[in-house]
Amino acid sequence: MNYKELVNKPQKFAPGHRSCAGCGFPPIVRTVLASTDDPIVAACATGCLEVTSTIYPFTSWGIPFIHNAFENSAATISGVEAAYNALKRKGRIPKNKKIKFVAFGGDGGTYDIGLQSLSGALERGHDFTYILYDNEAYMNTGIQRSSSTPFGASTTTAPAGKVHQGKEEWKKDIMQIVTAHHIPYVAQASVHNPIDLSMKAEKALNTPGPAFLVVLQPCTLGWRYHPSMTIDMAKMAVESNFWPLYEVENGKYKLNYKPSKAIPIVDYLKPQGRFKHLFKPENKHLLDEMQKKVNERWDELVKKCE
Amino acid sequence: MTNSPKTKALTGAQAVAQAMRQINPDVVSVFPITPQTAIMMQFSQFHADGLVETELVRVESEHSAMSCCVGASAAGARAMTATASAGLALMWEILGVASGLRLPIIMPVVNRALSAPINIHGDHSDAMGARDQGWIQIFCENGQEAYENTMLAVKLAEHKDVMLPVMVCQDGFITSHGVQNVNLFEDKVVKKFVGDYEPKKWLLNTDDPVTYGPLQLQDYYFETQKQRADAMLASKKIYLEIGKELSKITGSNYPLFEEYKLKDAEAVIVVMSSTAGNTKVVIDKMRAEGKKVGLLKPKLFRPFPYTEIAKALANKKYVAVLDRSENYGANAPLFGEIKNALFDSVVCGDKDVCVPKLKSYIFGLGGRNIFESDIEDVFDVLLSDNFDNKVGYIGLRGEEK
Repeated sequence: MNYKELVNKPQKFAPGHRSCAGCGFPPIVRTVLASTDDPIVAACATGCLEVTSTIYPFTSWGIPFIHNAFENSAATISGVEAAYNALKRKGRIPKNKKIKFVAFGGDGGTYDIGLQSLSGALERGHDFTYILYDNEAYMNTGIQRSSSTPFGASTTTAPAGKVHQGKEEWKKDIMQIVTAHHIPYVAQASVHNPIDLSMKAEKALNTPGPAFLVVLQPCTLGWRYHPSMTIDMAKMAVESNFWPLYEVENGKYKLNYKPSKAIPIVDYLKPQGRFKHLFKPENKHLLDEMQKKVNERWDELVKKCE
Repeated sequence: MTNSPKTKALTGAQAVAQAMRQINPDVVSVFPITPQTAIMMQFSQFHADGLVETELVRVESEHSAMSCCVGASAAGARAMTATASAGLALMWEILGVASGLRLPIIMPVVNRALSAPINIHGDHSDAMGARDQGWIQIFCENGQEAYENTMLAVKLAEHKDVMLPVMVCQDGFITSHGVQNVNLFEDKVVKKFVGDYEPKKWLLNTDDPVTYGPLQLQDYYFETQKQRADAMLASKKIYLEIGKELSKITGSNYPLFEEYKLKDAEAVIVVMSSTAGNTKVVIDKMRAEGKKVGLLKPKLFRPFPYTEIAKALANKKYVAVLDRSENYGANAPLFGEIKNALFDSVVCGDKDVCVPKLKSYIFGLGGRNIFESDIEDVFDVLLSDNFDNKVGYIGLRGEEK
């Protein structure tokens, strides 16, 4: 789909929701939902997306939607998809009626508390697409560290202080974990590139069986940058090789974008308040470590894509 | 009986699995836990043999078992799972979601002790830990009751004025693994009785989108909870109505609680589930000796029939309530409810109710046996008119009789 086709698709996620100015997930949700013309049923984990879009008696969802709890978006959509199979078999839904199933979850609901539920649903082979909007911390509860939070980032449960310099562990590699389930389609995308995102969402939605898509979603409050810079932040994450755009289709890796010359990681970190402390002279070694890690992970990925 | 049943030797677990086969649910989520597993192993075999059209989802935990049921039920399917003990505890959060979203999920529960120490045997601590999550709870004395109540539960849960999930509880091992004669009714009769589930708002009706599980804040949450509470209270009457309908098939009765030689009894034991059966045997023996003893067996624990029970216990001299679970630092669960029931009636000026002298007993934790002689001892204590209001512990090492 090109931009024109994308923007002319019927709107399935209505404005008027209460996400922050500059929030990255509304364009992710809109793009994903616009990537199929079939009816969609969505499940969503507890988190920013759910609380800002379903404040009773209002809802932004123009499609059937269910929020169950924090850790069970994948198990919930499993039940919906199982119901679809059963009701189709019993003739309560017309045999030729196609419905797509999508589960949304943030990084807390996916990398952490919902990982088991996700793994179970992937292994069972339900026909659904999991969309992880990754803003790299528990933003809904006030910016707490998750296993997706990058090394060095200051959060409210791993803040930078006199002794500790924010998160001391590396970000979990969710793509590897999901890929290890040998599901047909796994991809990483970014909100700044809607054409790539919608191409991946379309593939994921049209893949029989489980598909997984993780989308980087800059968070103005948690990352502490100006709300006008969300798309720029996502772009820099990709241009610095921190967040490569790639997909794993039936086990085959493919790099979707290769910066002609990667920007230094510090260019990506600098505008973000969560990394401010790293720019003190005594923390230079941490920035060096980060650059080294980004390079290592990029090289590993490029090898897999060869 | 209007429909001649087939009598089979079945465990309580198998009896419930037979009910599930006849109900033929749209979606069943499966996860093993002792002693519930016996239900799902049998049902999975029915599935493997093509005897049901159910979509079986072999989930990776009980948390996902209930989450899957929530998704399936909201999608418009008749959904079931079964569990016990730690499994029920793990589901606890989603139990409240199921009832809060008003989803008529049916769940056989095979009552088992909770950890720690770990113990696989029967007691009621699991169901009591979940009693305030907005689920209707029906306790069954034996396999026959578990079989019939599972059918009843489907109609009750899905009734338009109820729309609440139901637990059908039986005692772990004692009932679930004990073989009894169970009368199975014809498949087509059961099928006709339970009918089809016709949801009003369902996710798979994509032409009429619905948002399930929204955020409700200070302005709406309260009203939603009140509606759930009202539905729970309303379900008592509907349980009785559906019970009457089921009676036409089974010839049995489905009261809120069973009375056994209660009318003229001086000393009464209140106890649920399998122990009620043992108590009946003791009552027969003691009645033959001229002792006026009787039983009140609650079947519906949620909603709890306070006024009806208070009336039934009116003017009894002595009542002992036997709980198969502790309630650390508080009245044992069933005892507390009985006491509430009697107190309410007195405060409300019900002149027909004179509060009996009460005694609370705890028994059978972690599957500790209770013997007929223990039950007889309880009646003897009551009839002696010489007992205090301290909690008694039946069969506890070091406890005096």
